[in-house]
Amino acid sequence: MTYKPELLATASSMEELELLIDAGADAFVIGEGKYGMRLAGEFTLDMIGEAVKSAKPKGVRIYVSMNTLIDNDTLETMPDYIRGIYSLGIDGIVFGDPAVLVAARELAPGLPLYWNAEMTSTNIVTAQYWARRGATRYVLARELNMEQIEDTKAKSSLEIQVQVHGMTNIYHSKRSLVNSYLDYHDDRERLDSVERERGLYLTEAERPGERYPIYEDDGGTHIMSSDDICMLENLHELLNAGVDSLKIEGMMKSMAYNAVVVRAYRQAIDAYVADPEGYSFQEEWLDAILEAQDPNRELSYGFFYKEQVY
Amino acid sequence: MTTGLIGAVNNQEVREMGTTNAAAPKYKGKRNRLDRPELLAPAGNLEKLKFAVHYGADAVYIGGQKYGLRSNADNFSFEEMKEGVEFASRYGAKVFVATNIYAHNEDIEGLESYLRSLEEAGIAAIIAADPVIIETAQRVAPKLEVHLSTQQSTMNWQAVKFWKDEGLPRVVLARETSFKEIAEIKSHVDIEIEAFIHGAMCSSYSGRCVLSNHFTDRDSNRGGCCQSCRWKYDLFVDDEPVYEEGQEQFTMGSKDLCMIEYLPELIEVGVDSFKIEGRMKSIHYVATVVNVYRQAINAYFEDPENFRVKQEWIDEMNKAANRPLNTGFFLDTPGAEDHIYGPEEKAAPYDFAAIVLDYDDRTGFATLQQRNHFKPGLEVEFVGPGGTFFRQTITELTDVDGQPLDAARHPMQHVRVRTLKPVKPMDMMRKKIRK
Repeated sequence: MTYKPELLATASSMEELELLIDAGADAFVIGEGKYGMRLAGEFTLDMIGEAVKSAKPKGVRIYVSMNTLIDNDTLETMPDYIRGIYSLGIDGIVFGDPAVLVAARELAPGLPLYWNAEMTSTNIVTAQYWARRGATRYVLARELNMEQIEDTKAKSSLEIQVQVHGMTNIYHSKRSLVNSYLDYHDDRERLDSVERERGLYLTEAERPGERYPIYEDDGGTHIMSSDDICMLENLHELLNAGVDSLKIEGMMKSMAYNAVVVRAYRQAIDAYVADPEGYSFQEEWLDAILEAQDPNRELSYGFFYKEQVY
Repeated sequence: MTTGLIGAVNNQEVREMGTTNAAAPKYKGKRNRLDRPELLAPAGNLEKLKFAVHYGADAVYIGGQKYGLRSNADNFSFEEMKEGVEFASRYGAKVFVATNIYAHNEDIEGLESYLRSLEEAGIAAIIAADPVIIETAQRVAPKLEVHLSTQQSTMNWQAVKFWKDEGLPRVVLARETSFKEIAEIKSHVDIEIEAFIHGAMCSSYSGRCVLSNHFTDRDSNRGGCCQSCRWKYDLFVDDEPVYEEGQEQFTMGSKDLCMIEYLPELIEVGVDSFKIEGRMKSIHYVATVVNVYRQAINAYFEDPENFRVKQEWIDEMNKAANRPLNTGFFLDTPGAEDHIYGPEEKAAPYDFAAIVLDYDDRTGFATLQQRNHFKPGLEVEFVGPGGTFFRQTITELTDVDGQPLDAARHPMQHVRVRTLKPVKPMDMMRKKIRK
């Protein structure tokens, strides 16, 4: 079978979804915040249905994110939600909590299940454990490096998915930390809703220039990386390893930026697939991204070439 | 409550707790799986293990050389584990080992032999989050119980049921779980539930924080956490600081958990194991905290209807506290008052000063092992298991040969002190810190 890696994107709205399909995305992760973790935007059941209708004829797949941390209350409505998305003809469910896995197996038989517990999805043996319980894809933690990714692919019976572009979460609390801080200053009205959604970031004295976005939602407080992963230059390493799905995380980015990024990776993947041997990286693919990149956010290799200690 | 610890007991509230609970508990789960809740204490090394057990822990959890989340702690060799297990068994106590990392591919080699060695050392259970460790233990070391670590951040009953079906006898819940949610979990699944009731807390969901990875290239989920959540940050919006930079800064750092005032609720909701955090904490901290919970649990079971939280327990707890205290997520999601925004005050006004090695009835002198500087004229307290407690001023201080000393200034030095009342080996002496 010819190797045809998937270019996976996120979408904040139907408009962005259409735009990124045109830019070359093969698949999308969407969903609603009650079940999904750190989504680019909110897709209700109706909108998911609309997304499927729009994507399917073009051969584009729609996966629904359900990998938030699940509490008892969420269990109450979860079965209906799973039945609902299943009936819409989606192509997969992303899970982290075993409660979702168990329910999806029963209520959405045959639907691919993607294991993504984010920073705690760190090794192949555990991925195989979830495979024996129904998972079909392993979404690797962003804290793994290239050697570990290659080793994982070599040992995996599952599809593997790696994030190649965009920000990552570095801290998630159930607490409302921004509101708590404002309350400490007795100053809850200090920030308006737009600022809260888009403009907030943290700095740390020893790390000048690094801006760590922070926001709150119903799931608590999220702090994000100060840099954006960009693996475009070295994409062939991941393609040589046979990674099945390459994800572009589009949260907290403009549609226009995401379209540029998707287009760049599309070009690289197409060039590689057409001629793996003769493939060479083209500077102009990256130039387009560099031009669109927020100057306050560095493009980095994330943890791909790092050895961490402990 | 700004810098305060747990305040004076609200007597009205406690009285109501005592009377109403007997008839209709506020939070009712299923009956406990164990006859009475287990008091589970941390032990950073062999000496701390002995003190935790001596002061009343039913079980202790320790770290070995690998697979644990406290790579900076002393951690136990297999020989030390065996000695710890032997010591604990004299008190009928068990020893658990934390194997709670999220493993990377290269960590897996050696796991089987490590787990077999734990089993051989007589360890009763491992505390694990990663299925590779859970499954490997079940396969190669079947005598080890596997308890699901809080690092899995489990807080719903379907997930708890999943782990029970996978053969785990116990789940340590996420620290984000409330009394109400614990009751729901207990009513749906017949399994041992362990909950943190005391100590420092990750303010993130456990396992869902890689600040250390990003700031220092240390892997937090493999034991490299450098507590970046307790650093101070500035909050900005659109290039402008929300408050003046460097002043009253933002932090994720939480106050510490202390549930002594809600002991009846914890028992009645059906929590099977009460867990104290702190493998990095001192002997004095662990012994003091265990001592208080041991007395409180025993008092409850002697007479549940008339149970009262004693002010002396709260006073004791405050003497060991490192930070201001709160009740975590048990009652409600923590707010502004549960974080430490200003300068972090060291809370405990007392320091550990010595351990009692021996006592001579004839002379009224105790032999002490020095753990901190002290000298005649200093006011000290002696504390022992079960509520032994008295205060005195040091009058006579000598070396082991009876020669007078002006101070006990050498670490681990053996000295003699005349005590007001008889004391026992492993009693502790603490001194008030001069402000």
